Amino acid sequence: MSERAHELVTFDNVGLRYGTEPEVLRDLSFTLFPGSFYFLTGASGAGKTSLLKMLYLAQRPSRGAIRMFGKDLITLPREQMPQLRRKLGVVFQNFRLIPHLSAFDNVALPLRVAGVRDAELTEPVTEMLEWVGLGHRIEAVPTTMSGGEQQRVAIARAVIGRPQLLIADEPTGNVDPEMAQRLLQLFERMNSLGTTVIVATHDINLLRSMPDSLIMRLQKGNLLDPTGALRYPPQIGRRALDEGIGK
Amino acid sequence: MKRPPLIGRSLARDLVPFGGKRVDRLVPRSRSRGPVPWVIAIMIALTVMAAAAGIALGNLIDRAESDLSGALTVQIIEANAEVRDAQAQRAAELLIADSAVTSVRVVPQEELAQLLNPWIGDTATSEGGIPIPALVDAELAGVASAEETARLNALLLEEIPTARVDAQSAWLRPVYDALSSLRYMALALIVLLALGSAAAVWLAARSAFSTHRQTIEIVHLLGGTDRQIAQIFQRTVAFDALLGGAVGLALGSIAIWLVGGRFAAIDSGIVTGGNLRLIDWAILFAIPLGGIALAMLTARATVLSALRRML
Repeated sequence: MSERAHELVTFDNVGLRYGTEPEVLRDLSFTLFPGSFYFLTGASGAGKTSLLKMLYLAQRPSRGAIRMFGKDLITLPREQMPQLRRKLGVVFQNFRLIPHLSAFDNVALPLRVAGVRDAELTEPVTEMLEWVGLGHRIEAVPTTMSGGEQQRVAIARAVIGRPQLLIADEPTGNVDPEMAQRLLQLFERMNSLGTTVIVATHDINLLRSMPDSLIMRLQKGNLLDPTGALRYPPQIGRRALDEGIGK
Repeated sequence: MKRPPLIGRSLARDLVPFGGKRVDRLVPRSRSRGPVPWVIAIMIALTVMAAAAGIALGNLIDRAESDLSGALTVQIIEANAEVRDAQAQRAAELLIADSAVTSVRVVPQEELAQLLNPWIGDTATSEGGIPIPALVDAELAGVASAEETARLNALLLEEIPTARVDAQSAWLRPVYDALSSLRYMALALIVLLALGSAAAVWLAARSAFSTHRQTIEIVHLLGGTDRQIAQIFQRTVAFDALLGGAVGLALGSIAIWLVGGRFAAIDSGIVTGGNLRLIDWAILFAIPLGGIALAMLTARATVLSALRRML
C-alpha cells in the first residue's frame, strides 16, 4: 500500500491570511490518518477555528497545498466540492442550526441533501435525537432550546450521515460533564466505526479521558508537533498527550 | 450505558435534487413572498393586453390583405356617359376573358352616386352635373401584383385608352404599414414587460438570498450543490409566479373582454377582422406559463451567480 493511501488529509506548508492582514496560520504541515482521533488545542486566537474552516472546506488557504480524500483541493473544480463535503460531519462553534426548522429537520438535513427519502429518515433521525437526549424535543425549534440542547442537535446533525471525517469545534462547551462524556462516547463510537475525528477543545478533562488520541497544538498560528505524531508514520500514545497539553 | 446508534449505511449516494415537502421549509414562503406575486400579476396583465392588441392588429391586417390581395379596380375616365358605360362593359368583357380573372362586376352608377353623395351631394346624378368615372371591380385568382396589374392595364389600354387599373391593396398599403408599426410596438412592449418582470424577480431573488444567507451557507457546507440550493428558490419563485400569473391573466382577460365588447359594437368589417380566434386565446393563456418559466430562470441565474462567489 502506498504512503498516500494512509492519508485522509494532508496539509503541506499551508498559510492563511484574511485580506491584507498578517497570516493567522503559518507553515502548517500535518497529516490526518484514517480512523484516528485528534484533539486540536490552543489558546483563544491561536487559529483553531481558521484551521477547522479549511478542513470543512469553507476557506481556501492563501498558500500551500491541501489534499483531502485523495483530491488536491487547490485544483479541485468547484463543482466537485459538494461530494467532498458530504464525507464530512461538522459541529460548528456557534452550532449554525437553521432557526426556523425543528430539531428533526435540522438533523435530517444532511440526509436530505444526500438524497435520502423522507420515509427512510424518521428512524435514524429519531434514534439519533434520542441518543443525544432530545427524544422529547423533536419538534422544537432552536430558538426555544437551551445552548446545550442546540449543541446536541448540532452534534446529531454532524454524525447522522456517518461521515469519514468528523470535525467538532468546542463540542462540549455548553453541556454538563455527564452529557460531555456521553457525547464523547458518541465520537468514540464513530471513531471505532472508521470515522476520523478531530475535536477542538479547551477541556482538559476531555483530553485526559482519551489518552490514545493525538494532540494538535496551535500557538499563534503555528502548529506544534513535538512528537512527530502528525507525520507519517504516526506515533500514537500517552507521550503525545502529555507533551501536548503540558506545553 | 446504551451503545450509540449505528447510523445506517454510509451515504454513497449520487448528488440528487432535494425532495419532499419539508425541503420547502428551508426558505419559508411567508418570508420571501413579499410583493413579487403582485408585481408579476401586473406585468402579466399588461403583457396579456399588449399581446391581445398585437394579435388583433395582426389578424386585422391579415384579414384585410387576404380580402384585398386579389382585388382590382378599373376606372373609365370618360366625360361622355354613353361612351363611358360602353367602355365599362367592354372592359368587363375583356377582363373576364382573361384567365387570371375570376369575377368581374361593373359598379352601377347609382351606387357610385350614393357613395359620393356625402361629399358632392346630388351633383353627380343631376342633369349636367360633374361626370364621375365608371368603375369595374375585378377579382383575380392570385395576388394582384404590380406586374399583373400592369399587364391587365396594357390589355385594356389597347381598346380603351381612358382605362386605369389599380390594385386595391396598394391604396391601403400606408394603413397596413401604420397598423404593422403598432403591432411591432406591442411586441416591443411585451419585451420590455418581460425585462421588467425579470428585473423584479432578480431583485426579489437577491433579497431572498440575502435574507436566507445563513440557511444557504449551512446547506452549502453540508454538501448541498448549487443546483439544489437554486432549486429551493426556483420553487418559491415558481409558486409566486403561478399566483401572480393567474391573477394577471384574469385581469388581462377581463380587460380584453371589455374592450372587445366595445369594438364588436362598432360592427365594422375592418374591426371585426381583428377578432381573436381560439388559437389566439391559447397564446394569451400561455403567457403566464412563459412568465413562470422566465421567473424561474431569472431566480436560478441570480442564485447561481451569488453562489459562485462562495467556495
